[in-house]
Amino acid sequence: MRSATPWSDVITYLVEATGETLYMVGVSTVIATVLGVPVGVWLQLTAKGGLRPNTAVHRVLSFVTDLGRSMPFIVLLVALTSVTRLIVGGSIGSTAVIVPLAVGAIPFVGRLVQNILSEVHVTVVEAAITTGASTLKIVRSVLIRESLPALINAIGVTVIALIGYSAMAGVIGGGGLGDLAIREGYQRFNDRILWSTVAWLAVLTTVIQLGFTRAARAFDRRRHASV
Amino acid sequence: MITVENLTKSFQGVSALNGVTLDVEAGTVLGVVGPSGAGKSTLARCVALLERPDSGAIRVDGTDITSLDGSALRAARRQIGVVPQGDSLLRQRTAAGNIALPLESAGVPGPQRRTRVGELLDLVGLTDKAAAYPDQLSGGQRQRIAVARALAANPSVLLADEPTSALDPETTGSVLTVLDRARAELGVTVLVVTHDMNVVRKICDDVAVLEQGRVVEHGKVLDLVGNPVSRTSSALLPAVDLNPINESSYDRVADVVLVGFAAVGALLPEAAHRFGVELNIVGGGLTRLGETPVARFRLGLNGERSDSALEWIGEAGGAVQRSLKGPQGVAA
Repeated sequence: MRSATPWSDVITYLVEATGETLYMVGVSTVIATVLGVPVGVWLQLTAKGGLRPNTAVHRVLSFVTDLGRSMPFIVLLVALTSVTRLIVGGSIGSTAVIVPLAVGAIPFVGRLVQNILSEVHVTVVEAAITTGASTLKIVRSVLIRESLPALINAIGVTVIALIGYSAMAGVIGGGGLGDLAIREGYQRFNDRILWSTVAWLAVLTTVIQLGFTRAARAFDRRRHASV
Repeated sequence: MITVENLTKSFQGVSALNGVTLDVEAGTVLGVVGPSGAGKSTLARCVALLERPDSGAIRVDGTDITSLDGSALRAARRQIGVVPQGDSLLRQRTAAGNIALPLESAGVPGPQRRTRVGELLDLVGLTDKAAAYPDQLSGGQRQRIAVARALAANPSVLLADEPTSALDPETTGSVLTVLDRARAELGVTVLVVTHDMNVVRKICDDVAVLEQGRVVEHGKVLDLVGNPVSRTSSALLPAVDLNPINESSYDRVADVVLVGFAAVGALLPEAAHRFGVELNIVGGGLTRLGETPVARFRLGLNGERSDSALEWIGEAGGAVQRSLKGPQGVAA
């Protein structure tokens, strides 16, 4: 039995892996939000009872979205290799992981966003219609603004989910905390690294979740919010 | 100002509106009443341009607005201010922000927008609530903000769909006062859809009764209450309870409707005096339609010239609705 890894090395490992995780998750969350929110808006607009109901478009969009969501991430990770190479010029490393992460998260965000937007009460939307607002104006000032707290929470949920997905990044050499726990901790029987990573992940996800909950509350003007 | 012509609308073969024709004069308030399922909501949604009628026309200032699309439709929507049924304010916006919404849609620049919002807050008496969020307002205050929002873009027509349905009687008064002020101070034409006859009593000049998708009665409230067979009179006037014991001691018993200060105050004593009859009020009561006092009394008369007295009351402007005892047909 070899001696345990010194704590200073554990911390160095953790810092490096955390940087990789935050990089992969951060960039893919931004991309997934920028592209996923419009998907969610489009889903809601074309839904029955939406502002631009269109059954055909909605069905196709729903099908693609659900297909994307049902794809196991590890499959997406390897299946998208050629696409990744095309976009980022390589197929290994942290940057390469961003592509499948973002692609996997877009339908996830889209469906979350649609569910949230559908919660905006029909009376409120119709009241806005009667003011002569355009569809774009209603989407911005009513649908999105009214559900902003829930949307911020949804992005938080996405970040946590993506941290989970990113644990598989090691498959294509992306590194990160999940990779650290599996490769250094589990496969090399290094309990100290394994459990340090687990504890650190727990702290990290809790802090992130808390941050998003706070941010959501800061944007909420309803009764429970401090105004 | 706004006319509805032969409007029809059905949903999956079930007809909701069956040729509705209405006319609201500029600067007046029309109340559309009727039992649930009569088509009131559908009519309101058609006028609010949220629902397209199957046939017929809705004209504002002579222009049919039912078949518009795109930006013309949005412009027409700004012509019609709508106070929707139920809570309709944006909960993430202040009262002032909610009122500003139609102005933003109309492209009114910021400084003018703020001035206009200030005027409207003043009109509905909520200047001190400008920065409050809907959750910090009472139901009545929220509804007044909804009225202010509906008026923001200077519409020529204001449509209120059940504006008092979720409110207690006291707050109902404050919302109705605001609707009345909108008509008086802005000259806006008001169409109010309601099941609450108090709304008609307090602010309506005209009334239309809807039943099974048809207008079965349409006219001036003060004219209709004098008509004994009108639905409006039976719904608006105080009930006359049957009291046969009381009535048996009179030669004549008749119901009479009196409209206005002069009639309510002076007509009956004068009739009693002129014809030398004993004239007692045995039932009924007094109500107010807008500012006008209106009474429906059950009268008991004793004396030889009782018939003549009733006839005179009819000629002097009282509507003698029915003679319950003695010769029939003394109706005015």
